[in-house]
Amino acid sequence: MSEISPAEWTAILLSLRVAIMATLVATPFGIGLAWLLARREFWGKSVLDALVHLPLVLPPVVTGYLLLLTFGRRGLVGAWLADNLGIVFAFRWTGAALACGIMSFPLLVRPIRLSIEAVDRRLEQASSTLGAAPWQVFATVTLPLALPGVLAGMVLGFAKAIGEFGATITFVSNIPGETQTISSAIYSLIQAPDGDAAAGRLVLISIVIAMGALIASEWFARRATKRLHGN
Amino acid sequence: MLRVDVTKQLGEFSLEASFESQGRVTGLFGASGAGKTSLINMIAGLMRPDRGVIALDGETLDDTSAGVHVRPHRRRIGYVFQDARLFPHLDVRQNLDYGRRMNRLATDSAQLTRITDLLDIGGLLERRPGKLSGGERQRVALGRALLSKPRLLLLDEPLGSLDEGRKEEILPYLVRLRDEGIPMVYVSHDAAELRQLATQIVMLKHGRVTALGGVKVLT
Repeated sequence: MSEISPAEWTAILLSLRVAIMATLVATPFGIGLAWLLARREFWGKSVLDALVHLPLVLPPVVTGYLLLLTFGRRGLVGAWLADNLGIVFAFRWTGAALACGIMSFPLLVRPIRLSIEAVDRRLEQASSTLGAAPWQVFATVTLPLALPGVLAGMVLGFAKAIGEFGATITFVSNIPGETQTISSAIYSLIQAPDGDAAAGRLVLISIVIAMGALIASEWFARRATKRLHGN
Repeated sequence: MLRVDVTKQLGEFSLEASFESQGRVTGLFGASGAGKTSLINMIAGLMRPDRGVIALDGETLDDTSAGVHVRPHRRRIGYVFQDARLFPHLDVRQNLDYGRRMNRLATDSAQLTRITDLLDIGGLLERRPGKLSGGERQRVALGRALLSKPRLLLLDEPLGSLDEGRKEEILPYLVRLRDEGIPMVYVSHDAAELRQLATQIVMLKHGRVTALGGVKVLT
């Protein structure tokens, strides 16, 4: 295997930028939603739960197409955002981040929800008898105790985002330097007659990133158990 | 003065309790399953009565007919749970300081020293709850509740999870606390414990108050 070419570097760095952006923006929403699903009973909860998981079971090309219809230049939301706030998703790296964020959202939310459910509600009660308002209970007891789960969810979401292909290529296409991530670069390379070596290098890099993320996620989960036992 | 007049249906179990207490230490006495914990959970605001009134020093905390329910964090009622419930991610010092921070009170190092001396926990401040014995944990929980400056302290079988030797270890601290003059509601199924601590007894049986009065009702 020879050296990584500038074009490959561009794809790798773009993938990282897209996945980091997707994870950072999705995390606050993920925490809020995980808390709602873990701690509140409300009308339509099972529908919301299903909706969060939808990208996991829907064909990615369908999600991508729906994104195009909604956030495309002439889409209902996309047109409004472009005209009023100057935010354009279509065929931009930000669109790739949006697609990756939505596709990885179920994987992000699940560990956070589980770790919030594992927080002892009796500790939250103790906190409220000591004078903590509900948001203070969340900020000083629930969230710190669920933190390893939050990190695990972020790592898992990041790993999913960096490998996302179907929804991204449908929504923002495969433009080198703008929307061509590692996955779409590999796709282009294996279509070309002499792309095997380059594709092999990128495949190796995606395996390393994915393995690293899984190991990190496992490590955070183990820390969570330790934290809850107060040692 | 504490006034309680509530009803609550919990599955098959119905709780109907009414009493007034002027005493410094009100002993809530009854076998397990008599409804003691449900009753103090309602005083703390952690559970809402189906019907009735709870008032403390003239302030209405619950009045179902008027739709009043003061949330637990606004009641300034301290609660020492049977299982201590210290925050595992905070050390002892941070646990003790928690109520002050939540209520945005000024730091009061004199008060902190006084309470840690009273309970002999000054040497534990840097430890995590996971590294404390059962008796130490219970003393820290007491200190934590006291330092939030409550106007009433609820204690739910604070010695319940301890063996005989440990009980003897904590009891003197509770007597000291009573002599400090902070009003308490002390829940126990142990008559001997209440004879040492309580100034007034509310006896509870199957969710009903069966006797009210001085410690002599504990015969």
